[in-house]
Amino acid sequence: MVISEALSEAFRLISIGDSDLLEILSLSMSVSAIALLISVALGLPMGTLLAIQRFPGRKVVITLINSLMGMPPVVIGLLAYLVLSRSGPLGVLGLLYTPSAMVIVQVLLITPIIAALSFQVMDDLHKEYRELFLSLNVGVAKAIPAYVWDARYSLLTTVLAGFGRAISEVGAVMIVGGNIDHLTRVMTTAIALETSRGELAIALALGIVLLTISIIVNGTVTFVKSFAQKNAFS
Amino acid sequence: MKTTSVTMAHKPLQTPTIDVRALDLKLGATQLLSDVSVQSHTSGVTMVMGANGAGKSLFLRCLHRLLPVSSGSIRLQGKSLNDPTLKQAMVFQKPTLLRRSVMQNLAFAAPPGTSQSEIERLLARVNLLGRESQPARLLSGGEQQRLTLARALLTQPELLLLDESTASLDPASVVIFEEIIRDVEREGVKSIFVSHDIGQAKRLASDVIFLHKGRVVEHTEATEFFNAPRSREAQAYLAGEILL
Repeated sequence: MVISEALSEAFRLISIGDSDLLEILSLSMSVSAIALLISVALGLPMGTLLAIQRFPGRKVVITLINSLMGMPPVVIGLLAYLVLSRSGPLGVLGLLYTPSAMVIVQVLLITPIIAALSFQVMDDLHKEYRELFLSLNVGVAKAIPAYVWDARYSLLTTVLAGFGRAISEVGAVMIVGGNIDHLTRVMTTAIALETSRGELAIALALGIVLLTISIIVNGTVTFVKSFAQKNAFS
Repeated sequence: MKTTSVTMAHKPLQTPTIDVRALDLKLGATQLLSDVSVQSHTSGVTMVMGANGAGKSLFLRCLHRLLPVSSGSIRLQGKSLNDPTLKQAMVFQKPTLLRRSVMQNLAFAAPPGTSQSEIERLLARVNLLGRESQPARLLSGGEQQRLTLARALLTQPELLLLDESTASLDPASVVIFEEIIRDVEREGVKSIFVSHDIGQAKRLASDVIFLHKGRVVEHTEATEFFNAPRSREAQAYLAGEILL
């Protein structure tokens, strides 16, 4: 199949809402969305606490998080595989090759990103607000929501960056998900498989969808940044 | 320990408004303030003056508990700094405003039970009425500083600490700022004002604390300070000489 024919077929699959395509898209979105929610719940408080609290070992934790941010996804996938495999410590849970395993690996992948980026945002804000809050006798209980609220636009950018990373990941989810049809096949693993099989139409269709998601995410980031800067909220 | 004490003839107070004894501030190996002892019985504006690096802002930060002192004691309005009834507020040189509207900035600092009308009255006082919904950080520099003054006054302080708060303001904003300082003085709010502006000090001060290299070298009534400064450092400063 020549590229033009494949492209034409890809648009046709998208336009008719091909059931296989929708199934893969739905699983990709739900796995990444759940992973993102969990990562935000873990990473955001972690980044905030690292920024505003001083405790022994704080710098070690910051270095660790920054290092984890740059860890290759396949290595994270491999470690998760070893833990979740039948002979691993969590093997009894039977999570390997399930969407849950894919959520876990994406959480491991993007939590350090969200924690590190939110730490940067909160640290800058803390340096600016620290004396003001001390002066106004603002306690931690009132300060933390204030930090989160005032950093909301920067944090939203961080969260979207995390989502972008999760949805576009292939190596780690392939290792722990197994790319099983109708069970753990997501957009990225499907693209890799269909391309290797020469099924360019479905691969291109998924690629177009993934690219569209990426453009929407980045467009939203740009819009949010621009709005925040215009109103001096960033 | 030598304590400098100033009691104004027109407004003598039994309890010193500022009572600092043998204050030392050391950060690391650097001695920043040494044996600072000051007693002021005036209810008006106490000006803190001195060349750059004299320790004026550090002194003010110690009074506001932003820096932990190494040794010595501080009592303001007859109360220790740990006394929860001591109500003090500080206006910094650079206005720090939340990334919110003018009204939300004030609401954040407002004590519980503060009414909308009280906030609006303060906004009118600093010429910002009608700007409530505007993003605070889009105000001009002068307006931002007036907003921080309103925020400080909203906490109903008995002591107002001003750290070169008018240093980067245009003359019109300085006039408004100084009028408010005089107004709150009449309402019984004591101000301690760090400033390099000799003209401003002459307009506002009832007494002047002059610092040099982390030490108090002079603390006298304002008229005496400007007409016949006793210390060589203050004489040189007022003559416009560069103090090293």
